[in-house]
Amino acid sequence: MRRLVKRARSLRVTLWTLIVPPTTWAVHFLFSYLWAAVSCAKLGEWARFPTAFAIGTVIALLVIVAAGLIAWQQARTPGEPAPHDSGTDVDRLRFIAYSTLLLSGLSFIAVVFTAAPVIVLSDCR
Amino acid sequence: MSLHTQDDPELRKAQEERLREVWKPPSGWFFRWTDVNNNRIGVWYTLTAFGFMLFAGVLALIMRTQLAVPENDLVSANTFNQLFTLHGSMMMFLFAVPMFEAVSIILLPQLLGARDLPFPRLSAFGYWSFLLGGVFVGGSIFFNAAPDGGWFMYPPLTTRTDLSGLGADIWMLGLSFIEVSSVAAAVELIVGVLKCRPPGMRLNLMPLYAWYILVVAVMILFAFPPLIAGDLLFEMERLLGWPFFDAAKGGDPLLWQHLFWIFGHPEVYIVFLPSIALFAMLIPTFAQRHLLGYPWIVLAAVGTAFLSFGLWVHHMFATGLPKISLAFFSAASEAVAIPTGVQIFAFIATLWAGKVKWSTPLLYASGSLAVFVIGGLTGVMVAIAPFDWQAHDTYFVVAHLHYVLIGGTLLPLFGGLYYYWPLITGKKLSDRLGRIAFWIMFVGVNLTFFPMHLSGLEGMPRRVFTYPADLNIGWLNLASTLGSYLFATGVAVLVVDLALSPTRKKAARNPWNAGTLEWLALPEDEDWGIRSVPLIESRYPIWDQPGFVAKVDEGRFFLPDAEEGRRETIITSVLDAKPVSVIRLGTPSVKPMMTAVALGAVFILTTYHLYLLAALSGVATLACVLWWLWDTAEIPEKPEKGIGHGIDLPLYISGPAAPGWWAMFITMMADATAFSGLVFGYYFYWTIHPDFGAGFDRPGVYWPMVALALSLASWATTVAARELNARAQVLPARMLLIAGAVLAGISIFAGLRGLSGLDPKANVYPAIVYVLVIWTVAHAAVGVVMQLYTLARSFAGRMTPTHDADLRNITVYQHFFALTALVAYLTIGLFPEAGL
Repeated sequence: MRRLVKRARSLRVTLWTLIVPPTTWAVHFLFSYLWAAVSCAKLGEWARFPTAFAIGTVIALLVIVAAGLIAWQQARTPGEPAPHDSGTDVDRLRFIAYSTLLLSGLSFIAVVFTAAPVIVLSDCR
Repeated sequence: MSLHTQDDPELRKAQEERLREVWKPPSGWFFRWTDVNNNRIGVWYTLTAFGFMLFAGVLALIMRTQLAVPENDLVSANTFNQLFTLHGSMMMFLFAVPMFEAVSIILLPQLLGARDLPFPRLSAFGYWSFLLGGVFVGGSIFFNAAPDGGWFMYPPLTTRTDLSGLGADIWMLGLSFIEVSSVAAAVELIVGVLKCRPPGMRLNLMPLYAWYILVVAVMILFAFPPLIAGDLLFEMERLLGWPFFDAAKGGDPLLWQHLFWIFGHPEVYIVFLPSIALFAMLIPTFAQRHLLGYPWIVLAAVGTAFLSFGLWVHHMFATGLPKISLAFFSAASEAVAIPTGVQIFAFIATLWAGKVKWSTPLLYASGSLAVFVIGGLTGVMVAIAPFDWQAHDTYFVVAHLHYVLIGGTLLPLFGGLYYYWPLITGKKLSDRLGRIAFWIMFVGVNLTFFPMHLSGLEGMPRRVFTYPADLNIGWLNLASTLGSYLFATGVAVLVVDLALSPTRKKAARNPWNAGTLEWLALPEDEDWGIRSVPLIESRYPIWDQPGFVAKVDEGRFFLPDAEEGRRETIITSVLDAKPVSVIRLGTPSVKPMMTAVALGAVFILTTYHLYLLAALSGVATLACVLWWLWDTAEIPEKPEKGIGHGIDLPLYISGPAAPGWWAMFITMMADATAFSGLVFGYYFYWTIHPDFGAGFDRPGVYWPMVALALSLASWATTVAARELNARAQVLPARMLLIAGAVLAGISIFAGLRGLSGLDPKANVYPAIVYVLVIWTVAHAAVGVVMQLYTLARSFAGRMTPTHDADLRNITVYQHFFALTALVAYLTIGLFPEAGL
């Protein structure tokens, strides 16, 4: 466990890592929309048991949670005292990590929002 | 240069003289307009956009006058259609988006402590394109030729030339031209934020305005291109009769709605976020403390940007799409309320925690938040599909969108105007007139738009030029009309305040006691931007770094001089703003203006079906672009120069560290997005037609595969040429460039050969295949031009093994071209053939 935490902290963070959670949301959203649109247009009905949709949602949530956990560990990297807004390497790392963590939270909620209608609605009408 | 050198006042004076000489604006009645300095371009841009807003506002007043009483006949139905179409289109395309770009062109370099943005001539090109396109589109109403199909121009009424006149072409072509300038500005702003920050300004110290601009400019890259793709299909249908939206020939009007709203919804956030960014600058100033929750604001900006792309179908809830699809978009529409709320709470918390100075800008900020929140709440209502079916296309939606846009864009901009006026003119606006204007506008907005919720629920549809008296909504409409005049009065007071400004005395420097870099500007502005590029250690350096202003002014930071007589700025690394190089900036030139005129002629002449002249203008545009580019990426007279404090930086860089490489990469992202819009069209038709392409000639497998192989070979030779050139193998590299051009040239032939036998007018299948192939071969042709251009640069000694920016940049283009060819040719060659 400690090794995992250490490994998470040593990962390089960039602007690209910041957009991993929302990008995951976007891919999941597009996948859900295309899945519904194509199956309704081609089969005439929403797949009776949407296994692929469920698997896709679980994968998306796992990716977001993983990105969030890594970001959480990085945001806890020891360094300067609060408020963590000076121009040091650690504070820049903490900033991107904390923003990523927040975006993970938002993306998690957004993916759950997208998945919710499938439970209630089960056809194309 | 050590610190004590700058103690010499004579030296500082000499440096200032040199800087002043280098940054001197051009003079003369014509040549003053060839200026490219961001301070001047930004001001022209802002004034022009403001002028278009006033014009579009007058159009709205005429509409409200017509609707004041039932069965009014002030204007005809036809004129009314033109009025509302032009009002909406101008406010969106000629005011809201350009205004954000204009303000950013003024503010961003100052906020980032840069002398100017990386491509000043590109800013100038964007401005001239905007002015030309804007006058063309806006002026059409004086010739009774304005577009009349609503600002979203839904086909099929607008694509049928017998039902819509020239106006639809003016809308499509004029606004496509303006979109080009928007994308140009987006490229400029992204590279500016990423690469032109002062040393030490790491990502976590960036002013929030820069964060918002970065996010919004990236949104433009992904939002505008689908509309450009849609415009292309639209004009192909209108001018050539290719049936993309004609259901009788397999097309579908819904495709336009998809492409339009993939642009149209993010657009709302594209105009909202920059205004919120102004709050993020002025609220800390008036609370006299750091903004609370900096990472939360970044979360809000990035999160809103992403979620806003998942909302487009909420404009299409009433089109009969499957309910399950609607539910996804309803969910995303509600999720976007989360980051929006976060921003507002961060602002409120900052005010709460600070010592608030109640000023006019802050009055605008808080008032606009109140208006915006009402619009946001009705937004949540219309995000619920069943409610939307009731309120769809009624005045309820008009009320919602105006609350959002006035609260979220217009009033914040006015607040920003009061806040930043001293920065631009050195003079403050009148607090008294500002407050009077605000309260008149605030009452006016609510009186105009609140009754519209009710008239909408009573059943008044949008875009009707009159309504019967027995609908009993006359009094609501009269209230709205009175409110609109009140609002216009408020705007008039504001205009009077602006007009009185030249008579007032200069304000003190940094009159609001702000903490961010842009307030280093002096009331008697110098054209050089910033005296010396500072080292940043805090988010609010003027407050936090001791002696900061004096050190900047005395040239004690970086690049205090212009020894070589060149305009320069510092390029830094993306994450940590470590100095990377010094670049030479573009100087005043007639080229941007000429290029804009030539390109504008292509669009305007096409509108009038003067195809030969339009083609000639196209050639002229290409010539202008090449002429313009020839001076760029010049090899400097020495490899490095000192920027002070013992730091020497290279004067030439290529590859991913260079701004030119980033500009190419970002432009190609936009290009790829437009292409995905077209590919989306292909698969969209495939989903709705069970027998897509059946019964028509097809391109077959052979020719598309040959064209693909040749395109990939052209890409490979370019990559190989780059590698060999970098290893000083100049002759083989040149030969490979020639080979690449020849291969791409033959690929054009092969691509077009596959189209023989297809009739694009017969059905949507051959038409969309035609468009994909034309898009790809046009890119091959541009690739050929680039390869030959690079070859010419090599022969002219402007590109060498160590100075290879041209070759590195065209390789980026080639990567995207290879991807385009791969997707296009595999799609048309294999997809229907594989029996799917």
